[in-house]
Amino acid sequence: MSTTPILPDGRVLRYSFRERLVHWLAAVSYIYLMLTGLAFWSPWLFWIAVLFGGPTISRELHPWVGLIFVIATLMMYEMWGRQMRQTELDKQFWRAVPNYVRNEDELVPSADRFNAGQKMLFWGFFWCGILLLLSGLILWFPHLVPWNLRYLRYFAVIVHPSAALLTIGLFIIHVYMGTAMERGAFGSVIRGEVSAGWAKRYHRIWYEHLLRDAAARK
Amino acid sequence: MSQASTEIIRISGHAGPVPGAGLDREFRVCKLVDTTTCIGCKACEVACLEWNGYTFSETTFDNSYQTMPETSWNYWNLIKFNEHEDPDHGLMLLMRKDQCMHCAEPGCLIACPADGAIVQYANGIVDFQEANCIGCGYCMSGCPFNIPKFSPTARKVFKCTLCNDRVSQGLEPACIKACPTGCLHFGTKNEMKELAETRATQLREVSGFANAGVYDPAGVGGTHVIYVLHDATNPEAYGGLPKDPHVPWTVKLWKSPLKWLGNIAMVGGLVGVFVHYLRFGPKIVPPDEEVPPQGGTSSRGSVPQQGGRP
Repeated sequence: MSTTPILPDGRVLRYSFRERLVHWLAAVSYIYLMLTGLAFWSPWLFWIAVLFGGPTISRELHPWVGLIFVIATLMMYEMWGRQMRQTELDKQFWRAVPNYVRNEDELVPSADRFNAGQKMLFWGFFWCGILLLLSGLILWFPHLVPWNLRYLRYFAVIVHPSAALLTIGLFIIHVYMGTAMERGAFGSVIRGEVSAGWAKRYHRIWYEHLLRDAAARK
Repeated sequence: MSQASTEIIRISGHAGPVPGAGLDREFRVCKLVDTTTCIGCKACEVACLEWNGYTFSETTFDNSYQTMPETSWNYWNLIKFNEHEDPDHGLMLLMRKDQCMHCAEPGCLIACPADGAIVQYANGIVDFQEANCIGCGYCMSGCPFNIPKFSPTARKVFKCTLCNDRVSQGLEPACIKACPTGCLHFGTKNEMKELAETRATQLREVSGFANAGVYDPAGVGGTHVIYVLHDATNPEAYGGLPKDPHVPWTVKLWKSPLKWLGNIAMVGGLVGVFVHYLRFGPKIVPPDEEVPPQGGTSSRGSVPQQGGRP
């Protein structure tokens, strides 16, 4: 990056255009996968498939969109994998989670670019994504699995929904926090910006690092 | 018996009531295959193709009478041949007509997510309704007998219908009609069970097959196709007939406890975040913390204005 993420007027660039684009590639594909998956999960939700062109088309497209989601997930791993590594700070954060939940943010240790909860979301989606990919490939082509390898199919029918349920749990929390709970977070993934106050309050270590960089560049 | 196939007692992937649920009268049909009198002529295979309008498939040769390894989407009825060395009876050529077993507890139907793609009639016939099939292939994972087969061209799954179209008109299935030795029988489940037991007793007492018996596996609630075997203790010898078939436990786990746990967890999650918002509300940066950064003004010159952000 040739320019500093410290923007004028007390704004800070939190996510680059590429990061935002990949995030939304993952988000749109995931929402499609979740909704069509839920249609096949329960007869009570089968109607959802009608919204996406009918159950047959949903079954045909679900695996292809799954591939898009896997590609987006791998791109996120490439962009964020290093920043998502667990640190000593994360342990302190988890101990302070009750405070975090009660919005007592003064009592929560400050975070680097990503806090421990965001790391859990990332790794949860990453590992569940791998399980979904492996089981999904079997469910994509069940007729190519020979009879003496049928245990692969038995594995897939239970792993795929289980991993999907875990991601839905993460998804609910992520969307709630990103849109309703943490004001300013949604804008960061749309236009990329947060206020300096926001950066300082929730990701002080990251923000101070940016300031040091900006000062060194001067 | 003949009208009963129109009475549906179970529907796959279906949320509402089922017209024939709870029905209990003896019009359950059954096909009896006596493997001890089968001569492997494959007339049943031809009759099946003829009635259902499929052409003969290309055959393979593996130094036996086996024309192809297993049934396919357009070949629902296949005799499985096996040369078996029996300690008491020497070399035996075992022949078993393989087709859908029409389980009372059908794994295909349990695994199917598509409303109305698989139905079970009150007479016991488990039938695929291809118009409603979405081609997901879950039925293939639910079946313990390797019966449902995917058609790559139609992108749907097919299998033996027990000639539902014939049975509903008071006719016997095409394979029964064609059998020249009388090793195939068709009637009510009770009649066929009785006939099979009589034959098994005869085999045990007269023909010297001490282990002869009837194959009507309890693991899938009994089947509407039953076999008489010379050796009921070793069904695997008859072209891989499973000894104790049941719906795979992962399919059962997925369709029952996991479904409820998952539903509770998903609804609980939605309620949980909503209640959290009611109780604690959003995280808002206090206005007094909103100060322009020290580096803000100095870097202004190096950052392009609108549209040029990294």
